[in-house]
Amino acid sequence: MTGKKTQEQAAGLTQEGRFYSAERLHAMHGMMLYIRRFEEKAGQMYGLKKIGGFCHLCNGQEAVCVGMEEASESTDYMMTSYRDHGHIIARGTEPTAVMAELLGRAGGVVGGKGGSMHMFDVEKNFAGGNGIVGEQVPIGLGFAFASQYRGDKRVSITIMGDGGVNQGAVYESFNMAALWKLPVVFVIENNQYAMGTSLSRASAETHLYKRGISFKVPGIQVDGMDVLEVERKMGEAIEHARSGQGPIIVEMMTYRYRGHSMSDPATYRTRDEVDEWRTGRDPIARLQKQMIEAGLATEAEFKQKDKDIKKEVVAVAKAAEAQPEPDLSVLWDDILTDEIPNAYPYPRQVG
Amino acid sequence: MAKITYREALNQAMCNEMERDDRVFLMGEEVAEYNGAYKVSQGMLDKFGPKRVIDTPITELGFAGLGVGAAMAGLRPIIEFMTWNFAILAADQIVNAAAKMKYMTAGQYNCPMVFRGAGGAAARVSSQHSQAFENWYANIPGLKVVMPSNPADAKGLLAASIRDNDTVIFIENEINYGDIGEVPEGEYIIPLGKADIKRVGKDITLVAHSRMTGYALAAAEELAKMGIDAEVVDPRTIRPLDEATILASVAKTNRAVVIEEGWRFAGIGAEISARIMEKGFDDLDAPVARVTGKDVPMPYAANLENHALPSVADIVEAARVTCNRA
Ligand SMILES: Cc1ncc(C[n+]2csc(CCOP(=O)(O)OP(=O)(O)O)c2C)c(N)n1
Ligand SMILES: [Mg+2]
Repeated sequence: MTGKKTQEQAAGLTQEGRFYSAERLHAMHGMMLYIRRFEEKAGQMYGLKKIGGFCHLCNGQEAVCVGMEEASESTDYMMTSYRDHGHIIARGTEPTAVMAELLGRAGGVVGGKGGSMHMFDVEKNFAGGNGIVGEQVPIGLGFAFASQYRGDKRVSITIMGDGGVNQGAVYESFNMAALWKLPVVFVIENNQYAMGTSLSRASAETHLYKRGISFKVPGIQVDGMDVLEVERKMGEAIEHARSGQGPIIVEMMTYRYRGHSMSDPATYRTRDEVDEWRTGRDPIARLQKQMIEAGLATEAEFKQKDKDIKKEVVAVAKAAEAQPEPDLSVLWDDILTDEIPNAYPYPRQVG
Repeated sequence: MAKITYREALNQAMCNEMERDDRVFLMGEEVAEYNGAYKVSQGMLDKFGPKRVIDTPITELGFAGLGVGAAMAGLRPIIEFMTWNFAILAADQIVNAAAKMKYMTAGQYNCPMVFRGAGGAAARVSSQHSQAFENWYANIPGLKVVMPSNPADAKGLLAASIRDNDTVIFIENEINYGDIGEVPEGEYIIPLGKADIKRVGKDITLVAHSRMTGYALAAAEELAKMGIDAEVVDPRTIRPLDEATILASVAKTNRAVVIEEGWRFAGIGAEISARIMEKGFDDLDAPVARVTGKDVPMPYAANLENHALPSVADIVEAARVTCNRA
């Protein structure tokens, strides 16, 4: 890629005994940077009132999105909360469709019906996009159950936040998952805050990977600001689940740089704290440094790449904005599969 | 009288009641240090301290149940749901415990408590965050359901709800939180179960609650331009319903439109129009009309959302048609 190494020596770097080719590293870096710039654009569009409602950005958490995606098969199921833009883009959904959804356009991933919180893509096995905290956890269990039922070895990657982990249904899910050895990886994105509530103000046991102990669900803690560590540890966790050993919890230590949603000024944490993560532990800067040190890229190349990505994102936003709003008739679509036309409330009429 | 917002009015009611009665406490997500997700509890942590203004983890079923138990043990909980969409997780404690406790224990226990938070459609937050649930709770014996439409009512009704010895489902409206209105200072109580005539008129009765009251008032202005003089009745308490005020209005106007933001099927409008039919049939010159949200989950796109919600124009049209019928 960069021509810094000779042909016979495969270019790349090795971390904890695992080799990553230069090409793969560039792809992972590119995807993280893409998500970062996409979210910045979304924030801008929100500021311009082109995006409405609640909009939760994942700046700072890109390594979790990308490392997890890298470790999984495209046939594995994935579902998360409303903080979903990064995950669905990492899964490979067309970013223009994601942006169009944010803008409430006809070409959005769900035709403009869901907006920021409800990104779904059945073809990518991405099941949301769930707005109720903790809701996706038992649903993820259901996907794992279906996988075991059919015996097709697909793993359910069920993502929740450090706040979501306190919902009762999460523990009901841990228990059932362990009881029936369901192939599920419970990922806890521990970004230290649930809205304005810091982890220690909401959780007596702040080591969230231990939350499965009494259910016999093992847990590991991962540096969620290191995309390679995420990829490696997530790979092991997925293998654990796929091989029939049952569920596992992966606690990703990460941080969201922005407020909880666009309307949150985030005054509950200090600038120093944010800076410590932002400048000290940023996942994109970290990988760039590793790649430069390994001679796989130069500062100048990264600068150019960033410029290109920014341009791409601008084009995506333009294309999405050029799309029409959904046709009014779709208001009545997709409520039921088998409509019963001759009984009240009559489909497509009531109100 | 001071002009304050709907959210400040709610805040005043809670503060006054907490000063008056040390059994009252406020518990919910982000109510203390964050001053409330919608800033309704602004300053309350500073005023009352962490013993009485308590942030919870995100565990609706758990802290709703805690509230039920604390009420049974003699305290007066105010349990805030960030929005009523999240209270669905707590429905077991509300419906199976709080609503039934007095009856099941033959009066040995009761649950004097308030469950409160934002209900109805907010702006552009899609299907899971834009729903009207008042008809769910209004269906249940053992509960009272209260929905203020303006700042003064917000204060007076919340104070009354906190003092009430039963479980009150108090549904606020996010879009109304910033509304400004004149609110009596100091202690101000509006008895539960009393509707309010928000506009006097003689040609048609518009019955509307919560945010829709404002829509009905706006529609009444439009109708006035067409020579139709509408009376606007706000039930304020959905259960128990002050049907006497509604029936008296219909006896005068002989026509009615019932308006609600929620879905039509088994909605509040269905109940109110049935009562008018049952008890005011002879007063009616035309069938009671209903204006409701469309029978769809709330979509995100601006044009779809607009179309899904009732509008002032819908109310004007329904009233006009009702007035033109023999
Ligand atoms: C059941 C429920 N309760 C409350 C909310 C409001 N709410 C939305 S996000 C959130 C915080 C969640 O924090 P966390 O799980 O840590 O996820 P993060 O936002 O940090 O990704 C809350 C309280 C909700 N959507 N659903
Ligand atoms: Mg969090």
